[in-house]
Amino acid sequence: MYDTSNIKKGLKIQMDGVPFAVVEFQFVKPGKGVAFTRTKLKNMMTGAVLERTFRSGEKLEPAAMEERQMQYLYREGDRFVFMDTASYEQLELAEDFIAENQYYLVDGTMVDVLFFNEKAIGITPPTFVELRVTQTEPGFKGDTSSNTTKSAVLETGLEVQVPLFIEQDELLKIDTRTGGYSERVKK
Amino acid sequence: MIASAKLKNLEARHRALRGLRDFFDERGFIEVETPTLVRSPGTELHIEALEVVGAGERRYLHPSPEYAMKRLLAAGMTRIFQVCKAYRRGELGHLHQPEFSMLEWYRSEAGSEAMIADTEALVARLAELLCGEARIGGQHGPIDLSPPWPRLGVQQAFERFAGTGAADFAALLDDEERFYRVLLEHVEPRLGVGRPTVLERYPAQMASLARLRSDDPSVADRFEVYVDGIELCNGFGELTDAAEQRRRLLAEQATRRQNGQPDYPIDERFLSALEAGMPESGGNALGLDRLLMLLLGTRDIAEVLSFDDAAI
Repeated sequence: MYDTSNIKKGLKIQMDGVPFAVVEFQFVKPGKGVAFTRTKLKNMMTGAVLERTFRSGEKLEPAAMEERQMQYLYREGDRFVFMDTASYEQLELAEDFIAENQYYLVDGTMVDVLFFNEKAIGITPPTFVELRVTQTEPGFKGDTSSNTTKSAVLETGLEVQVPLFIEQDELLKIDTRTGGYSERVKK
Repeated sequence: MIASAKLKNLEARHRALRGLRDFFDERGFIEVETPTLVRSPGTELHIEALEVVGAGERRYLHPSPEYAMKRLLAAGMTRIFQVCKAYRRGELGHLHQPEFSMLEWYRSEAGSEAMIADTEALVARLAELLCGEARIGGQHGPIDLSPPWPRLGVQQAFERFAGTGAADFAALLDDEERFYRVLLEHVEPRLGVGRPTVLERYPAQMASLARLRSDDPSVADRFEVYVDGIELCNGFGELTDAAEQRRRLLAEQATRRQNGQPDYPIDERFLSALEAGMPESGGNALGLDRLLMLLLGTRDIAEVLSFDDAAI
């Protein structure tokens, strides 16, 4: 069991059989009064965020989570298909559970699939993925000013701000934590 | 790497410390220092102390200097103030640090009213010193710090901001957790908007070390000041009745034992001082870091500290 002193961003707990991840938290206490931890919790099944205030010392049940590394194979309609590379067992996940992460998936990407009570409920992409530029305006040669950017569309449909020197068909390293451009991949 | 904004805040802290020392000196107060290593950290139900190992007989870092300062009043000092570090276990957040700076002052032959007047004058003065005027920005617009500040009774505040009727309020007093949930969720955020709020007339159950009001013994002679939803200080017309004080401390100690909380000893030297005779007195304890936050316009206590708990 956890208690309120274990609360930090990303901590996964379960309440009434539903898994939640801590999005935000704040310690609050009147000088001579009872201490609480105010939290914003994201329902990991639906994505809905709710507010919940726990009394200090209150027990929290850890969510029975398991992560397995799997390979992304392909998309079929609103289903995303993954495979366990050891057992060749395949798994389908609906788009709702992939959400924004679909912009980081190209065939063959290895991801962590998150299971709650044996049921797949989401994925965590690698911290960095390499994605190709499919569309961007030509940059200006020689302009190296670092605070100037332009927009580029990548092969997955993700739109990012990139430096002016980036050209179409180049491969970029993208930080999936921020969804932003990290660097150009030279190959 | 320390951000330059923080270095500016540390310079402001220096000016605030000089300003408050001048303020108290002009009013005839003596600055005192009392031990931070104490035998009894008090028996407050919701304040946990840090125990110091290796100090010989068991010692604690004081969560407040109030017992020692009251002993000085009983010994005959009449106007005293102290700026010190105080320590509270498990308190860490945007408004809390386990080690923080406390400004505490006492006047003999005085009660809450004199302490409120001191607080109003001190805060306005430091605002003028640091911000150029007795006015600061708040989350809901400017806050006018010039005295006198509006008063609000605790029950009145619950009625106004949480719609708590008299019967519901009485029920809340029997359910401490709910009382504080309502206070934190509905009442506190609405206090100190536009003007500071002096929250007063605390229910007798929450008298702590305050005397009960002679005009209405159902409430304590205790007040707190809120600015922009932030609790800034806690003041008392001090309880000087040694027998009543002993009863309250014993009751708190028994409740702590019942709850399985650490068992802190009662400060017998403090009680002896009351028995020997402590004059009618007023006292106030103000969170100096929070005052700096308000004057410097930050919502994070770490911004006004050289190094917060995460940076040590």
